[in-house]
Amino acid sequence: MTTRKLRSVAMAISAAALSVSLAACGSSGPAGSTSAGDGSASMWGLTGGNQPVLQKSVEAWNSAHSDQSIKLDFFANDAYKTKVRTAVGAGEGPTFIYGWGGGVLKSYVDAGQVEDLSAFIKENPEVKERYLPSVLKNGEIEGRTYALPNNNVQPVVLYYNREVFDKVGAQPPKTWDELMALVPKFKEAGVAPFSLGGQSKWPDLMWLEYLVERIGGPEVFANIAADKPNAWSDPAVTEALTKIQQLVDAGGFVNGFSSIAADSNADQALLYTGKAAMVLQGGWIYQGMKKDAGSFVTGGKLGFTTFPTVEGGKGDPANVVGNPSNFWSISAKATDEQKKAALNYVKDGMFTDADTDALIASGAVPVVNGIESKLEASPDKDFLTFVYGLAKKAPSFTLSWDQALSPAQGDAMLSNLDQIFLKKITPEQFVSTMNATIGK
Amino acid sequence: MTITSSNRRRVRDAGPSGWLAAPALAFFLVFAVVPLAGVVFLSFTSWDGLREIRLEGLASWTTVLTDPVTGNALLVTAKIVFFSFIVQAPISLLLGVFTAGSQKYRAALAVLYFLPLLLSSAAVAIAFKALLDPNFGLGPGLQVPLLIQDWLGNSDLVLFVVVFVIAWQFVPFHTLIYQGGVRQIPTSLYEAAEIDGAGRVRQFLNITLPQLKYTIITSSTLMVVGSLAYFDLIFVLTGGGPGYSTRLLPLHMYLTGFKANDMGAASALGVILIVIGLGLALLLQRLGGKNRNDSQLEGA
Repeated sequence: MTTRKLRSVAMAISAAALSVSLAACGSSGPAGSTSAGDGSASMWGLTGGNQPVLQKSVEAWNSAHSDQSIKLDFFANDAYKTKVRTAVGAGEGPTFIYGWGGGVLKSYVDAGQVEDLSAFIKENPEVKERYLPSVLKNGEIEGRTYALPNNNVQPVVLYYNREVFDKVGAQPPKTWDELMALVPKFKEAGVAPFSLGGQSKWPDLMWLEYLVERIGGPEVFANIAADKPNAWSDPAVTEALTKIQQLVDAGGFVNGFSSIAADSNADQALLYTGKAAMVLQGGWIYQGMKKDAGSFVTGGKLGFTTFPTVEGGKGDPANVVGNPSNFWSISAKATDEQKKAALNYVKDGMFTDADTDALIASGAVPVVNGIESKLEASPDKDFLTFVYGLAKKAPSFTLSWDQALSPAQGDAMLSNLDQIFLKKITPEQFVSTMNATIGK
Repeated sequence: MTITSSNRRRVRDAGPSGWLAAPALAFFLVFAVVPLAGVVFLSFTSWDGLREIRLEGLASWTTVLTDPVTGNALLVTAKIVFFSFIVQAPISLLLGVFTAGSQKYRAALAVLYFLPLLLSSAAVAIAFKALLDPNFGLGPGLQVPLLIQDWLGNSDLVLFVVVFVIAWQFVPFHTLIYQGGVRQIPTSLYEAAEIDGAGRVRQFLNITLPQLKYTIITSSTLMVVGSLAYFDLIFVLTGGGPGYSTRLLPLHMYLTGFKANDMGAASALGVILIVIGLGLALLLQRLGGKNRNDSQLEGA
């Protein structure tokens, strides 16, 4: 009997010992990975339009600063947003955290995950001076700077296919009524009026953002972002949602829009192949189309304009929504060496003349001062000056709502908006569901 | 002969040493029990993945259990489990019996059948997504009106498309299991049946099927428990959409945890998933009868 007991005790001990040693193996992983790569800083970027520009910038930095090298990896947009947050929470985030500002940045700040850069930009005034001030503001939380703009200004633009418009004999819509009147015209011609990457959900949001902006002005969303009780109950929200459903009913969006993913650029492809007449998308897709459908862009077939006004709407027609820029934050969990390399890159490696020129050449407007003459000299002059003017003259530039809100609210909003586009819920249901998420 | 208690001790001690179970037990503890305990603990907390973990009692459970999306996810999961089973089980059984023959052409066909097994779920999903695209896919490309459907964007149709793609991917695997099962059946049984004048259908119903009982249970368990956990394929193919029409429980758990950053609620969903999975697996094992785990080989 005693031997049996002893045996089971020994078994338990050995099992425990094994589990401890295995657990130790597991926990040595992260420690190992941070010390790996000879202390170089890590950076996660996004695939797509700015990828080659960032790649070249980091390569140039690495070849000139072998002692402060940066290891760069790229991820697709949707995948990145999930991955980075989990990694940062687990203490395994990159040194450079790519972001959009807003509520997501605030959640990092609240958790103490990103460096306060206020002192750094005070000591290096030339860093602060290089940016358009309105863009720089989006990296601030409660008056302190936690993120610095790293690429181009990205307002949401209404793109259209000139060839298709000419064929139908239509003019780009200036008002919502004109837009609705175009829908049957294009449908008759066998062209989808609007392309939409509905499976990704965030392209749906651009419609809501602009409609609420045009109908109620920027205060409506400002109240929502400030967590004011029942802020979603503003009549502008209900009216915007109703208009969206009317457009869906009229057949305004391409067949199968809810299964089209924007990450694969299928929504842009519909526009340049002439299967869709228009698409409401961010300024960044110009770069993608330039790359994928060069002759469409350089041949002058791509048209672009501002979002139409809504009759009786309070919003200034010059107001825009979208992303003022993307940003670099620096991880608070990085080693001192990595932080030093990161700050030096931000100071001297980012927005070098070569970077700025490469951004402009790719069809983007860098968020830096004094580039007017460069934009004028670019072959993409029409689009670039349009975007630059749009961003510069806008009395209000509202950050994309899914980034401005906390992640929990943002996710609920996108899911419910998807339901609105599919006509599974009414605007009233959307409003009451969203009111319940305020403060979460 | 009666066995005295000391005899019984000796008989038992003669078996393999309990030490042999130690590594397996340790692995089970580290990779199953400890994470499971962690998930159960997290389900009583609120955690956004970044800040401190706060104990919140039953708050996450209340959220999850009152959320209509959870109910819908359960329904979608049940539908996918059910339809996957009734589509895959008969096809893979028949294919398995067919490919178990020894003719050369069957071997060649078998190789073709098994090709999907080599592909990862993500690759399968991307390929089907491209083929089914309503604007650039197979239908518009070939100009076949029947194929020009909004396969993945139609909430009524999409579930069946998902079931089809899952079947396309997993039927080869189950066919392989059945093929192995059929090849274990002693040929003497068929020879005897032939002498008795039993035809092919008769042989299939009276010999093959009963002999495959345990293979059917194994394959069904894998099918059912596997469909409960389908994630990657649906995540890439539909992202759970349109709306919530293909958002099954594991995907709902993932999106709650990693998109909405509500780890507490996601953990509660994880616990629900584990309970359902265990329940179904036990139920299927029960169907196998008492001696389900005994060897079926003669003399063993």
